[in-house]
Amino acid sequence: MEYLPNILFTLALAAGVGFFVFNCRKLIRNIKLGRDENRSDNKPQRFKNMAKIALGQYKMVRRPVSGIIHVLVYLGFVIINIEVLEIIIDGIFGTHRIFSFLGSFYDFLIAVFEVFALLVLVGVIIFWIRRNLLHIRRFINKELKGWPKLDANLILYFEVVLMLLFLTMNAADLSLQLRGADHYAQASGVVGAFPVSQFIAPLFENMDTASVIMIERAAWWIHILGILVFLNYLYYSKHLHILLAFPNTYFARLKPQGEFDNLEAVTNEVKLMMDPDADPYAMPEEGSADDVPAKFGASEATDLSWAQLLNAYTCTECGRCTSECPAHQTGKKLSPRRIMMATRDRIEDIGKNIDANKGEFKEDGKQLLDDYITREELWACTTCNACVEACPVGINPLSIIMDMRQYLVMEQSAAPSDLNNAMTNIENNAAPWPFNQMDRANWINEI
Amino acid sequence: MAEAIKVPTMAEFMAQGKTPEVLFWVGCAGSFDDRAKKITKAFVKLLAKAGVEFAVLGTEESCTGDPAKRAGNEFLFQMQAVTNIEVLNGYEVKKIVTACPHCFNTIANEYPGLGGTYEVLHHTQFLKSLISEGRLTVEGGKYKGKRITFHDPCYLARANRIYEAPRDLLAKLEVELVEMKRCKTKGFCCGAGGAQMFKEPEPGNKDVNIERTEQALETKPEIIAAGCPFCNTMMTDGVKNKERESEIEVLDIAEMIAAADDL
Ligand code: HEM
Ligand code: SF4
Ligand code: SF4
Repeated sequence: MEYLPNILFTLALAAGVGFFVFNCRKLIRNIKLGRDENRSDNKPQRFKNMAKIALGQYKMVRRPVSGIIHVLVYLGFVIINIEVLEIIIDGIFGTHRIFSFLGSFYDFLIAVFEVFALLVLVGVIIFWIRRNLLHIRRFINKELKGWPKLDANLILYFEVVLMLLFLTMNAADLSLQLRGADHYAQASGVVGAFPVSQFIAPLFENMDTASVIMIERAAWWIHILGILVFLNYLYYSKHLHILLAFPNTYFARLKPQGEFDNLEAVTNEVKLMMDPDADPYAMPEEGSADDVPAKFGASEATDLSWAQLLNAYTCTECGRCTSECPAHQTGKKLSPRRIMMATRDRIEDIGKNIDANKGEFKEDGKQLLDDYITREELWACTTCNACVEACPVGINPLSIIMDMRQYLVMEQSAAPSDLNNAMTNIENNAAPWPFNQMDRANWINEI
Repeated sequence: MAEAIKVPTMAEFMAQGKTPEVLFWVGCAGSFDDRAKKITKAFVKLLAKAGVEFAVLGTEESCTGDPAKRAGNEFLFQMQAVTNIEVLNGYEVKKIVTACPHCFNTIANEYPGLGGTYEVLHHTQFLKSLISEGRLTVEGGKYKGKRITFHDPCYLARANRIYEAPRDLLAKLEVELVEMKRCKTKGFCCGAGGAQMFKEPEPGNKDVNIERTEQALETKPEIIAAGCPFCNTMMTDGVKNKERESEIEVLDIAEMIAAADDL
């Protein structure tokens, strides 16, 4: 019986990590449903971007208030996780503060953890106030109604509870060490320094030791189980960004924002048409049927590339893109954040469909276009790249909009009629207006 | 005022067995649109004044394909691109200057993958280099001390990270440059990009160009400077919509430099 807690803990840990790994594999499978795209060039530049944008939070601080608070929460999280390592080892082996042999350095570490826990607590409360009490436009858009809003608040509640438990656990531990309780007190005196929880510890002074042990144990257990639950919550939440921000910034596009990729399949076709020696009736060469894609552009999430799907899973729903978008700011339906959220919803639905149908997608009568993203949104985009520039985690909503427009025009000839006129003009007169190409140089005689 | 300026075509250069220093890519707006043609003419006057040996393609130029590509018609874009690249490569063009950021972006970024690699400059960059080489001198003249705001064209600024060349030219004109809140990386689109120029806007509560014009008017400018013929049209329309066209001019930087010099 003595080892029961250790065994229970080890089982909980295995279950928590196991389910997380299970979901990660699903996540990776879903992302790989996207089409192939090479994002492995120029590795040094990619590492640099990841270090700067994700690790260094470079774009976050362009909005100083939310940026700096986020840096605190982010740093706090990373640093406090070092302590989680000790908690796990203590849990498995039934030890007490296994790292305390580090002596004064250990005191320093625990003190730092405590200060950060307090900062995270304050930061998260400010986040909650910004989200729920201040009318900040990017947090009250209609695409955040329902689950996204609840999700955002749940994350904050989780953090508050975890930090409070962490501090309570430390306070009870300190109280127990001070009264020389078995298992807690060490020969060397009090281990750890508790700059924050020392103010909570006096609450336990008048309790009997058994009760304080119970509080300490309860806080310890709920804290670590909470972390395991939170870990598994990520996959269902925008909080997935805490992991994906890193690969997403690594794999982000490196080309100038104005450069839109040329479709290779079209290049081949155009070359063939322009080549006077090509025989239009020639049989396609062996294997070349594979070169022509089944369709141009994207009407479904699986027509997008894996990098675009990774973008969708990484989106923090912060709305910085939407608050810079000229279409959105002038009342149009388009919101680049919604483009990312809708893409994630669709690829998730496809993944669930595959799981439900023994690994095979079963037609569900829906697609990304029209059922998740409307044409009205797509046509409102000015391709200005403001959303791409604004995104603090390196997401490119514009590329999805462009791929979907490509589908509308190339597969469905479904451009707005004015645009069709402009394109007909380009085709016939080499300019988007109905002028004769022979008049193109008339201005020369007007100087 | 000035004697007639000659604008030779590549074909004429070729006939004489010569190659010009630079090809001036005029673009559709610069060729056909009445407002944009003024920019074209102003730039040509500056080229002539600086003694640059330049040429145009004339009737051999055709749309770069930018609006087609941004509308989603990759096929039409590549047809245009390949046609243009054939002409450019036929003349062995090395260096191109254009007053249109859309043409600039397309030729500089999207043509290389289709076989057309050139050194491409926006006219503000080219003018800046002419000045620093001492081939062109600029003085404030009539713009000295005027309150001016500059609207960053998306396809020059964010898309290609060119923020300073136009501002350096404005500094040479000794203007008082007042930046809008949203400038450079945070610049706000005029509403023309992505082929929006050629279609009706989606339903909303305002047109993008009106919003941008309001942002510009907040700086209380005497002149709104632009570096793109499409932005120019959008901002001009915006100023008219606000009934401020009698006090506030919308001018391309090339026009300002030419006018400062009484060209
Ligand atoms: C690894 C630990 C991280 C933690 C614990 C963390 C925590 C959080 C929390 C609690 C929020 C919610 C804020 C709110 O409700 O407004 C948030 C939002 C956000 N996080 Fe993180 N984050 C982490 C990593 C990152 C990284 C690496 C990035 C990349 C730069 C990032 C970018 C964002 C963005 C853009 C938001 C949206 C909120 C805003 O704009 O204010 N996070 N994060
Ligand atoms: S590129 Fe399109 S979606 Fe992105 S900010 Fe500009 S108009 Fe909005
Ligand atoms: S795409 Fe980027 S900027 Fe937009 S909501 Fe998502 S994380 Fe924020």
